[in-house]
Amino acid sequence: MNLVQISLATGFLLILLGLYGALTNRDILRMIVSFTIADTGVNVVLVAVGYLPGREAPILDTIPVAEAASRITDPVPQALVLTAIVIGLGVTALMLAYAYRLFRARGSLDISEFTELKW
Amino acid sequence: MNFTTRKAIPLVLLLLLGSVFYALFAGYTPDETLNRSASYYASQTVQDTGAQNVVTAIIVTYRGLDTLGEVTVLFLTAAIVGLVLAHSKAPKGRSGSGFLPSGELLTTGTRMLVPVILLFGAYVFLNGHLTPGGGFQGGAIVASAMLLMLLSDSAERFSHRLISRIESSAGLTYVILGLLGMLFAGGFLDNRILPLGSFGSILSAGAIPLIYALIGLKVGAEFSSILTSLEATEDSQ
Amino acid sequence: MTLLTFMAALLAVASLGAAVIALVTRSTVVAVLSAGLVSLFASVMFLLLAAPDVAMTEAAIGSGLTTFLFFFVLGRIRREGTK
Repeated sequence: MNLVQISLATGFLLILLGLYGALTNRDILRMIVSFTIADTGVNVVLVAVGYLPGREAPILDTIPVAEAASRITDPVPQALVLTAIVIGLGVTALMLAYAYRLFRARGSLDISEFTELKW
Repeated sequence: MNFTTRKAIPLVLLLLLGSVFYALFAGYTPDETLNRSASYYASQTVQDTGAQNVVTAIIVTYRGLDTLGEVTVLFLTAAIVGLVLAHSKAPKGRSGSGFLPSGELLTTGTRMLVPVILLFGAYVFLNGHLTPGGGFQGGAIVASAMLLMLLSDSAERFSHRLISRIESSAGLTYVILGLLGMLFAGGFLDNRILPLGSFGSILSAGAIPLIYALIGLKVGAEFSSILTSLEATEDSQ
Repeated sequence: MTLLTFMAALLAVASLGAAVIALVTRSTVVAVLSAGLVSLFASVMFLLLAAPDVAMTEAAIGSGLTTFLFFFVLGRIRREGTK
């Protein structure tokens, strides 16, 4: 096992654990917590895919510009994950706001109390 | 549907997904070299943009339009959170935090720490083109100063109207800078409307520090408004 | 086994352990804190994967602000639930 494999395995397992929690929990808040864990797992997988073993961070302060292409890791997944984390907070805030409205409407956070769309 | 099938369905789904993940994991070998777009970014960033941090160059310049879209998504999120919680505004002068009332230590500490935290946030987003950091990280730090003020009940001085003013003017300036790039340089959000300067100094990389500072202010204002609307609204009896 | 691999393995075990705690615990507060811990370990892992920008963002946003959003909503729900 090397660094990339360990991080990939961690990311995939975090996704699976988060989805399991989201599917089996009854409490809406606990479902949102599980979603944030799955979100972290997706980010770990993306960054691990962009990592090339033995290379350095894509910041050219000590690396000469001419050697940059052979010494830095892939910067594109990092930019992608940076935006994904910020959007993840936005999505979490939205879910929490709706969860609070549901609690105000029904006085409960148990998902089995909300049966309007159940068939 | 009885109890055991209800337990079994998620496990079966996750087993299927897990086998897909295992196939991906077992067949993965890391690349030896960068792919074509990444090696273009690695070799041309300094020449094109003058930024030391390649990730910043990608976010602000090469994929600047995506970042504009992302900031817009964040603005929409803040607006929707405000809208969803709008019916339960706190009456004036009442603490909505739901925690214990803040003590002397927290109030004094906040007064001392908030300017320092704001300064650190500004440092992070102004140095985004040189060191790790930038608008999103700096914006989160600015929002954490706001969080501290919310916890110590001194947030009234930092009104919601000021937050929305900062947010909208930063967004407007961001778009105007992008349009200036179309007029005076290669395209929308091109950073070469300002001189590239000497590589590695703080006033370099053209408009990148300016644009990232605007992104930082906008993101910080949006996070602060999400935090205030989730915190400060109180059940109105 | 190099030092980097050893640290990565340690972080992997820690973050997976925190994720399991977040799923099995009875208290929602502990679950929220464990999810923040998962983010924190993930951010150190980003640092090992040569992504300092992502590590900063994850530490500030993923483990800082998200946890506080949960606590704000949790506090409001508790207060209204006890009334």
